[in-house]
Amino acid sequence: MGAATETFYSVIRRQGITRRSFHKFCSLTATSLGLGPLAASRIANALETKPRVPVIWMHGLECTCCSESFIRSAHPLVKDAVLSMISLDYDDTIMAAAGHQAEAILEETRAKHKGQYILAVEGNPPLNEGGMFCIDGGKPFVEKLKMMAEDAMAIIAWGACASWGCVQAAKPNPTQATPIDKVIPNKPIIKVPGCPPIAEVMTGTVTFITTFGKLPELDRQGRPKMFYSQRIHDKCYRRSHFDAGQFVEEWDDEAARKGYCLYKMGCKGPTTYNACSTVRWNGGVSFPIQSGHGCIGCSEDGFWDKGSFYDRLTNIKQFGIEKNADQIGMVAAGAVGAAVAAHAAVTAVKRLAGKRKDAHRTS
Amino acid sequence: MMDVAARPAEAEPDLSAIAAEAAGEHAVGRPAVYVYEAPVRICHWVNAFTIIMLMVTGYLIGTPLPSVEGEASANFVMGYIRFAHFAAGQVLAVFFLARILWAFVGNHHSRQIFYLPVHRKHFWKEVLHEIRWYAFLEREPKMYVGHNPLARTAMFTGFTLFVAFMIVTGFALYSEGAGIDSWQHKLFGWVFAIWPNSQDVHTWHHLGMWALVVFVMVHIYAAVREDVMSRQSIISSMISGERQFRD
Repeated sequence: MGAATETFYSVIRRQGITRRSFHKFCSLTATSLGLGPLAASRIANALETKPRVPVIWMHGLECTCCSESFIRSAHPLVKDAVLSMISLDYDDTIMAAAGHQAEAILEETRAKHKGQYILAVEGNPPLNEGGMFCIDGGKPFVEKLKMMAEDAMAIIAWGACASWGCVQAAKPNPTQATPIDKVIPNKPIIKVPGCPPIAEVMTGTVTFITTFGKLPELDRQGRPKMFYSQRIHDKCYRRSHFDAGQFVEEWDDEAARKGYCLYKMGCKGPTTYNACSTVRWNGGVSFPIQSGHGCIGCSEDGFWDKGSFYDRLTNIKQFGIEKNADQIGMVAAGAVGAAVAAHAAVTAVKRLAGKRKDAHRTS
Repeated sequence: MMDVAARPAEAEPDLSAIAAEAAGEHAVGRPAVYVYEAPVRICHWVNAFTIIMLMVTGYLIGTPLPSVEGEASANFVMGYIRFAHFAAGQVLAVFFLARILWAFVGNHHSRQIFYLPVHRKHFWKEVLHEIRWYAFLEREPKMYVGHNPLARTAMFTGFTLFVAFMIVTGFALYSEGAGIDSWQHKLFGWVFAIWPNSQDVHTWHHLGMWALVVFVMVHIYAAVREDVMSRQSIISSMISGERQFRD
């Protein structure tokens, strides 16, 4: 898939793209990354001079929704990202090569670009039974992952699977599916969570790395700050209805038709860090809340295990039956209230009895 | 605060003379011991009102009121409720800090609720005694000028630890809106290292509210009960600062 010494610019020029279009692309990319006006020329300079970054894209336990999302990127077009900006040397789902020919690329990249390639991982390795729940190329996926991670410059953990575990790691997690950062402790890992992540967030992250030759600034959880530093709630276009106290009370009520806040319908926007309410989906067409459904919090840790998508308060399973904080709290407060009342009653009875005894004694 | 009685404890030799007189049957008049200094009392009542405010507004944030009519631009119900919650929370945090500082400069009663002498066997013996008193197994409570060991344990857990937990998780949740460059996030963002999904932090903060509801119930009941049952003032002490002995 092309020699890695080529630059992005030389590749797209060969494809017949004009220098003018190239600069337009650089400006658009800078804008979509939220960078300042000078960044466009820096991107252009980098893409003209730096060799393309080799990328190995591996698939563990996953549903390929990340790939499906990725190939729908509009800014930049995934065609540009895959064919021009990076040198996608290996992606067993979309590559032409197969079998031994494909697997040979892994060894080759590892030897040739030691410490320089990006390992993009979609899905996660199951660790139970020695990793036998995910066999890839005749070996447990976890072995392949560890092998390729060893010489990688950095790892991109695509999606909720690689970042947090997602549905295959939901309780009781029979295959012991484990997020990448728990398996590979000694490499820089960029988490790009979401189920799937937004296409532009994925290509934006790749663009940043290939352009600047370094990882984007990450937050405490290891997510790129530029896309994950704010909650859906913070930039939601229905936020004014939240602040006003105007909520959808049930599906298809008048408030739902008016586009009120979906907070009471269990929208996870207030606890979900992602760029949906700003970047939106499918080239900026819409996002779940705009379509009238609450956010399900798919880019958050363990989002399958937090009870219904349609409840405001999280279920707490430790109490045997599923109860939320209010139900547990009210039962506790009720029990203590009853205990207090009973204690007060016993106290009163004892006191009266004591007084009578005292009175009896003194008389 | 949950002061239950006032007979001299071993740890308080300087007051034992007065209290012994107070507890003795020959006490003349109604002697009083100055227990709660003004800053302690001010903190108590500010904390009490802010905690009530926080419970009500906090509950309404989790379970909002029915929707209001009209344009969104003309209403700010949730905004005001959240503002009241955040404002009360910051007042509580400031007074909690002030109370900690006062523990360093105030009298020795002001330090009681911030640590437990868990390494002392005697302490546990007296806790057990108080539990037996509340279980109606002891005829007479031991008397203490400050907190009895059980009350002290309740204050330490129910107030100091719970409120500290609520302040920490509260500021962490506030930092979500304030942004990752805010001082709140720099100081309290580590909470999200424990619970990466802020939904869990919300749930714990919510459970903490109910824990405080339970504490407040027990606290008020114990104060009222001891005020009636024991032979010294409890409730008025938190206003005047003085422990009055009635017989």
